[in-house]
Amino acid sequence: MSGPETLLGGAGEPAAGASAGTGAGAGAGRAPAPGPAAGGRRLVERVARVRELGIVVALAALFGVTGAVNPSFLGLDSLRDILLNSSIIAMLAVGQTLVVVTRNVDLSVSSVVGLTAFGGAVVLADTGVPIPVVIVGCVLAGALCGAVNGLLVGVAKVPALVATLGTLYAFRGIDFAVAGGRQVNAADMPESFLSLGSASVLGLPLLALVALVVLLAVGWMLGNLPWGRELYAIGSNPDAAVLAGIQVRRRVLAAFVLNGALAGLAGVMWAARFGTVDATVATGKELDVIAAVVVGGVAIFGGSGTVYGAALGALLLSSITSALAVLRVDALAQTAINGALIITAIVLDRVLALRVAAALRRRRYRDAR
Amino acid sequence: MAEEEHSASPVLALRDVTKSFGAVRALRGVSLQLFAGEAHALAGENGAGKSTLVKIMAGVHRPDGGEILLDGRPVEFSSPADAQQAGIAVIYQEPTLFPDLSVTENIFMGRQPRGRFGRIDRAAMRRQAAGLFARLGVQLDPDQPARGLSIADQQLVEIAKALSRDARVLIMDEPTAALSGNEAARLFGVVRALREQGCAVLFISHRLDEIFELCRRATTLRDGAFVAEDLIADITPDDLVRRMVGRELDALFPKQEGTPGEVVLKVDRLTREGVFTDVSFQVRRGEIVALAGLVGAGRSEVARAIFGIDRWDAGSVEVLGRRLPPGSPTAAMAAGVALVPEDRRQQGLVMNLSIERNIALAGLSAVRRGPLVSPALERSRARDWAIRLRLKYARLSDAVEVLSGGNQQKVVLAKWLAREPALLIVDEPTRGIDVGTKAEVHRLLSELAVGGIGILMISSELPEVLGMADRVLVMHEGRLVAEIPRAEATEENVMSAATGRSAA
Repeated sequence: MSGPETLLGGAGEPAAGASAGTGAGAGAGRAPAPGPAAGGRRLVERVARVRELGIVVALAALFGVTGAVNPSFLGLDSLRDILLNSSIIAMLAVGQTLVVVTRNVDLSVSSVVGLTAFGGAVVLADTGVPIPVVIVGCVLAGALCGAVNGLLVGVAKVPALVATLGTLYAFRGIDFAVAGGRQVNAADMPESFLSLGSASVLGLPLLALVALVVLLAVGWMLGNLPWGRELYAIGSNPDAAVLAGIQVRRRVLAAFVLNGALAGLAGVMWAARFGTVDATVATGKELDVIAAVVVGGVAIFGGSGTVYGAALGALLLSSITSALAVLRVDALAQTAINGALIITAIVLDRVLALRVAAALRRRRYRDAR
Repeated sequence: MAEEEHSASPVLALRDVTKSFGAVRALRGVSLQLFAGEAHALAGENGAGKSTLVKIMAGVHRPDGGEILLDGRPVEFSSPADAQQAGIAVIYQEPTLFPDLSVTENIFMGRQPRGRFGRIDRAAMRRQAAGLFARLGVQLDPDQPARGLSIADQQLVEIAKALSRDARVLIMDEPTAALSGNEAARLFGVVRALREQGCAVLFISHRLDEIFELCRRATTLRDGAFVAEDLIADITPDDLVRRMVGRELDALFPKQEGTPGEVVLKVDRLTREGVFTDVSFQVRRGEIVALAGLVGAGRSEVARAIFGIDRWDAGSVEVLGRRLPPGSPTAAMAAGVALVPEDRRQQGLVMNLSIERNIALAGLSAVRRGPLVSPALERSRARDWAIRLRLKYARLSDAVEVLSGGNQQKVVLAKWLAREPALLIVDEPTRGIDVGTKAEVHRLLSELAVGGIGILMISSELPEVLGMADRVLVMHEGRLVAEIPRAEATEENVMSAATGRSAA
């Protein structure tokens, strides 16, 4: 992926250092002051922002159109429902982003959700373990699953796609073995636990609030902690990351562990929200998560994108599902529409990337003359 | 130059270091001593082992034998982080930037200034980056993403990165290769200041004048072995070249005179925006035309465009009088063009396929019986060419990855020569090949030219360019800046054209 950039070499070296550098045009595109020459850089920034802005626009359009056809879509209950529906996937998308920016992927999240949802539900149904302990236990179990992935990918150097495809089946297999066909029903679990799934704080669903807190916390860490920036560095250029003295293995492992922990938390949330839990919980959701991440503008080859984009992507995808239901579109067509959207997002992303590359080339070409 | 005597013990020393990659012995018993407050040159031809040595000191590779001494005590670097902790900063030959991150983030990655809650102090970081650029006297926007920087700017970011480490040992692997004279002069100013402050500097450059200007000592390597350590004051540039080359150039470049025939390749005003501009030249049958220039000057990109890998925006390419459509390797191959790429492991060969398979790959239609590929035809074709190119191998069914670099290159050549091309483009034909095989590849190219093939040779090795080419084309920053006939080509005029000092 880093090939084309280095191929750009050659042109565009205005006499640096010399006092003439401040003269017209000589420092074009490099001057910190936002002069007319800084167009290339502003374009890049604009595009970087557009990635998330585009989703917001799409969301607005979706709500506008659907609301016009059926005003009840914009009602408080409907909006609450959409938030609640998207919060679990959004949280998984936040975790997945951590892994994807390092140029890896974690397909096993749905199985981790299934395992922790069922495990947590069984413990709650059969024993008197306090709810907070169960929640912490699920998060730790998820982190353990993440550690398995992280060790396979970061230490044993198995490609993430293969390693997590393997654990996708393995964790689900453990889930089936533990469950042995059993289903835990809402009636088996304490009422106080189930109420977490439907509780509201200040009019907002509790689960959505949890997802929001996780989003803001992870977003802050990725943007402001050295640890977070190193994840981007690893995905942007893995070889250079090693040379920069970054502990690549440890960071990749940490990204997988954190993603696993979030998947564990999502598992508890799943159990609290739906009440009825068996071994097949969340099957296939890994693709929804990755779709949300990609639609949210996180580069699948690592190095760029934000958790905010990924969360917005999750919100957009689940809003579409709700909207299509309100618009009485055939449920079977919804999958196809989701697919079309993902492809649109990726094509758009690629087109934008090519545009930026061409703009940068042209700009340097102008500078060279 | 302040000639104060250095303290008795070196800051960093290598003792009897050996390193092998598979069958290739990259370093054999090399020793090196770096003293505080002194710049030390590491000289040697491409492939002599300089970069391997640098990577050992940087903690990228671990030596197979020998030891690294820091302040006289043996140390082991298990990762680049260890070497950095020990105060060693390295500017690598190839920029190692993160394209998605800003210039500032690139400089401070791994050791950002921290504020409250362990938060990165962006303001401080930006200020320090601006300070570094001011010290280097360059104008770079600290917030600009590294993607899209020119090679020279990337190199400047690398230099700023190394400076920001306040290192005790600064290793620079051809830092000036992509810099303009002005920028190089400023860099030297900074290096001198560091040296005065007691920093030990290891300096690698193919520009001898820079070595003689900056360094006090020089260690020379040849084919992975230590040749000599000299005080620069005691030797002349000619002495240094003799130590580096260590043999007569004539033997290495068995050039036969050919008679140029019809025009095989005519490139007319070829342009790919921002990569190369207005490139026009011709190659005739029986001729070796070298395309020289610095890394990143656009040479390989021109070759890729001719072969149809990349599209061009303007201009035309004619092979034997027929225009090639842009962006079609199939059409280029059908017209008689062959390309031996720069990176033979990634682009030239399928490493885990057998020798015979690899040789047949570019001409599968010739080894077909009906719809199937005939192993017998494949083998006989491979055997023919293995003999003609004097390939050293055990069995033709062996995977090419077990061959030495030189023999792998012969397989790539065989693959294309079996198609009987009219034009052969070779990109860095002898990179990473031992001296003996190098001479053989040169002999082969020369024979092919005499036999009537037109050859376009891209090479970064000046001796190779001067020794092999009938004409030398020089590129600088995407433009063809000079065409020098064999008789007039010297290391000086090719280099000065390549660095843009004169449009000779």
